[in-house]
Amino acid sequence: MPKITYIEFNGTEHQIDVKPGLSVMEGAVKNNVPGIDGDCGGACACATCHVYVEEAWRAKVGGAEELEKSMLEFAENVQENSRLSCQIVVSDALDGLVVRMPESQH
Amino acid sequence: MSEQSYSADARVVILGAGHAGGSAAAFLRQYGFAGPIVLIGDEPHAPYQRPPLSKAWLKGEADAASLMLKPPAFYTDQNVELRLSVAATAIDRAKKTVSLSDGNTIDYDILIIATGARARRLPIPGADLYGVLELRNADDAEKLKHAIGPGKRLAVVGGGYVGLEVAASGRALGADAVVIEREARVLARVACPTLSNFFQDYHRAKGVEFELDAAVDAFVGDEGHVTGVRLADGRVIACDAAVVGVGAIPNDEIAGTAGLALDGGIVVDEAARTSDPAIFAVGDVTRRPLPLYARMHRLESVPNALEQAKQVASAITGRKAPAPEVPWFWSDQYDLKLQIAGIPFDADSIVVRGQPDSAKFAVFHLKGDRLLAVEAVNSPPEFMAGKMLIGNGKAVDAEKLANDTVSMKEVAA
Repeated sequence: MPKITYIEFNGTEHQIDVKPGLSVMEGAVKNNVPGIDGDCGGACACATCHVYVEEAWRAKVGGAEELEKSMLEFAENVQENSRLSCQIVVSDALDGLVVRMPESQH
Repeated sequence: MSEQSYSADARVVILGAGHAGGSAAAFLRQYGFAGPIVLIGDEPHAPYQRPPLSKAWLKGEADAASLMLKPPAFYTDQNVELRLSVAATAIDRAKKTVSLSDGNTIDYDILIIATGARARRLPIPGADLYGVLELRNADDAEKLKHAIGPGKRLAVVGGGYVGLEVAASGRALGADAVVIEREARVLARVACPTLSNFFQDYHRAKGVEFELDAAVDAFVGDEGHVTGVRLADGRVIACDAAVVGVGAIPNDEIAGTAGLALDGGIVVDEAARTSDPAIFAVGDVTRRPLPLYARMHRLESVPNALEQAKQVASAITGRKAPAPEVPWFWSDQYDLKLQIAGIPFDADSIVVRGQPDSAKFAVFHLKGDRLLAVEAVNSPPEFMAGKMLIGNGKAVDAEKLANDTVSMKEVAA
């Protein structure tokens, strides 16, 4: 199963096996990883699952689509590598993915 | 507010295993609480997400496992004792015990009441006919799913968000749908006329019929099964099933009987604490302070459940209280994404940005130059910027806001 590493704003790391097909947000919420709440359940409506994708993974993960971009535009602490993790679907190709959480979700 | 400290091995008992109760247990563990947690729910299911019941789940786009708030392993891994199909029947605050419907009694050091709200029922003839449904929980949704499909005719009593979502899902499944609303417009109690009219028109274009200004007198049936809804003017709207969505009532009786302060819900403070320092309450059952609006209010939403779950977990673990959040809500119908932030209490003006005809617009509610609420259809920037402006209380230039060639970045700057 693909392993995803979630790093909290305070540096705490969580390595989680996430079933392909689930989103990176679901992998965190279902395993009670602090800092990713996913209030809207993955509808791309709330921006409470904001993460930074580690540089090495950005190309593989890809960029945000228009709706997600417009949500991110007003999220807090946005960077070049910001994504909403409910919109990143886990696959074998993402085995080893590392995402970090912003200060606003601390 | 008085500072109350709790022992690290206190026994926490949570009454109600919905989104609020389940999240309270999860945040307690996230925040490092190591004492025993018992989560008691009267449904046979572990905590699950309710919003998809009228949307993705009803349309068959989400399965039961994906609805679960946490996987089964969570409760064993995190040492949260789940007791399902059991209801609390009484709280003894002096002895700090709760009586349960299975005859057992459980001790608590800290009690969290998360009993939610139940569907309001119509006190009219025929309400107990087979096929007269409500939609609050997974079992309700299962019944509804069986009742709608191609060629079926669904009557939706109540043009609120649940009713409109059910009508949209019903149409997606090939059923006919008629929405019966007592007021002159749908969403009358929760949205402005611009939004009501937009949703009516959109639903009509998708084939939904409306009966507005229509009081329901009775459900009529044949051999115990509903066949129609009789209106006050005598007409009968034929249907194969009827869904009643006319609001919810907080399940606060157990708290009231125990002597906790009630006011249309259990009264709590900014830390979700009730009038008894050993008892908290979270979610739909509470009447809570809204610091941004300087008033008490009862909210029914997932963000509210999560915010209060964080408040209670912070209070119990001695963590800094989370900053107050702007209340928000969302609804998905057809290809429409509706996002609402804030509540337009005392608003004195309305600004519409964008064109309702294009199904991409937002309605802003202001008091003076302060933004109180925004209702955004397919307009995430308006929602996000609006939510920020409601939270920070900055003065807003109504002319810029109305001009959709001025970006929301500039409006919010």
